[in-house]
Amino acid sequence: MRRRPRALVIVAGLLLLALVPPAAAALDQPFYVDLFRRMMIFALAALSLDLILGYGGMVSFGHAAYLGVGAYAVGILGFYGIESGFIQWPVAILASALAALVIGAVSLRTSGVSFIMITLAFAQMLYYLGISLETFGGDNGMPLRTRSRFGPLDLRNPYAFYYLVLALLTLLLFLGSRFVNARFGMVIRAAKSNEPRARAIGFSPYRYKLTAFVMSGGMCGLAGALLANQTEYLTPDFMHWTRSGEIMFMVILGGIGTLFGPVVGAVVLLLLEDVLSALTAHWQIILGPFLVLVVLFAKRGLFGLVPEAGERRG
Amino acid sequence: MSLLLILEQGLNGLQFGVMLFLMAAGLTLVFGIMNLVNLAHGSLYMVGAYLAATVFAWTGSWALAVALALVGTLVAGVVVELIALRTLYERDHLDQVLATFGLILFFNELVAILWGRAALYTSVPAALAGYVELLPRLRYPTYRAAVILVGLAVALLLYVVVARTRLGMLIRAGASNRTMVAALGVNIRLLSTLVFGGGAALAGLAGLMAGPIYAVQPGMGEQILIQVFVVIVIGGIGSIRGALVGAILVGMVDTLGRAFLRPVLSTLIAPTAADAAGPALASILIYVLMAAVLFFRPQGLFPARG
Repeated sequence: MRRRPRALVIVAGLLLLALVPPAAAALDQPFYVDLFRRMMIFALAALSLDLILGYGGMVSFGHAAYLGVGAYAVGILGFYGIESGFIQWPVAILASALAALVIGAVSLRTSGVSFIMITLAFAQMLYYLGISLETFGGDNGMPLRTRSRFGPLDLRNPYAFYYLVLALLTLLLFLGSRFVNARFGMVIRAAKSNEPRARAIGFSPYRYKLTAFVMSGGMCGLAGALLANQTEYLTPDFMHWTRSGEIMFMVILGGIGTLFGPVVGAVVLLLLEDVLSALTAHWQIILGPFLVLVVLFAKRGLFGLVPEAGERRG
Repeated sequence: MSLLLILEQGLNGLQFGVMLFLMAAGLTLVFGIMNLVNLAHGSLYMVGAYLAATVFAWTGSWALAVALALVGTLVAGVVVELIALRTLYERDHLDQVLATFGLILFFNELVAILWGRAALYTSVPAALAGYVELLPRLRYPTYRAAVILVGLAVALLLYVVVARTRLGMLIRAGASNRTMVAALGVNIRLLSTLVFGGGAALAGLAGLMAGPIYAVQPGMGEQILIQVFVVIVIGGIGSIRGALVGAILVGMVDTLGRAFLRPVLSTLIAPTAADAAGPALASILIYVLMAAVLFFRPQGLFPARG
């Protein structure tokens, strides 16, 4: 039998996540259910970025925009009295996918540095748009009247919500791994490693890349819908560019192009932020240099340290 | 909407444009020669603003504040280049973006520790207080007029240096082929450090001039940095000329949009709708402009040769 350490780590990781609520209940620390749910939501966002960043080489520096669009879709529908999650969430996914379609269609015409700057600029545009929406709280944001309603499934129950997020994360990890190994994913990866060659064998990378970009945006929009339900509050800060940087850092910290790496990255980064911010209000002065060091010396990321199936240790 | 008001807002747009240019010039040169995306460029702008504000508050001498802020940002830029950025030249853009993002977090927090999170407000130096009468009945703040003049003078100086001097020749050669220039015996590392320091000083200049106009606070650098990205993308990455045209264009569109979009809209649609849509539209105008330029010219208006 082949040794598959990565698969083992993934299964163990998801099992550990599943054990968080009972452990938190046993220790009488309900706060951790909240924290880990938040981690998984960001893991979902980071996973969506890894799909295009790690496999497609598209350095989107504005992924927080889709997080925001998804959250605003939920918030705005709720504001007008539409509280059913069966409507809110699909609208959130469609709206952010649409935003990704427009942004991707323009920015994918360029590549390299321009692509980074343009995705960042568009995200900033949506951020300012969010600020100028006075009806929906403008600069300050607005509270969500209620979490999305899913018939008998009550998201106000922290455990029900937690396991829903975990189930979605597991599902999307599975779909993601199917995606990157399918023909479509192979074309994206081919375009990343050598675009002229991919074109020479008859593919039109632009369309494939745009499709992947839109899928990634939609997925991040789902994370945004979850985030709005998590915080029960809506603010333009969801779209702030530092958030995009954070999501990107999660991908690198966990391991780019590994799918499960972003999950590890999200958990570790948010845990680190939690610990550091308890130590000092100026925790970013530690986080900043840490980020630089990770980029300079640990490019494979944490999950990247786990050997792949068949790969020899050392 | 009088003609005078339009003229005045046009001057404001020009003033914003030259500040964008000072930032964009450094960023685009650094990118051209070292192929480095430096998000921390905005932090140097912030450092310049803080140094000038502090020295001015302590000594009351604007000249001293300007000198120290320029030297300070130059030194800060060189130190950052030597310690952190030099190792990044050979890395891909993703690494550069993330590492310089880390630097931003560091600088913002450092400034917050040293000066606090509250915004500083500095006053205009006494010599530049008041108004100048540019045209009969058109009174314009002397300070802003001075900013425009300084910005245009720097643009001219940059043009002369880059296009007419030996140093500029090396800079252009380095931008088109770094390895070849090194092979010809030029110390390209020294050249990189020089260019980086120069770019840092320009960012510092923009920052110190921004102090009396905008609030000096942690994070002020990123606000302008992203607008500078828009400028560079519109102008064409690596091109000084593109940076100048893009900066003036963005400065004008942003300023005029904020000033006139609402009144213009209210003549077309219901005033209440215009009140809501005007500011929203004005704040996204430059990004729409960027998208439009990219749609027709993905390389920007003045693509750099190379």
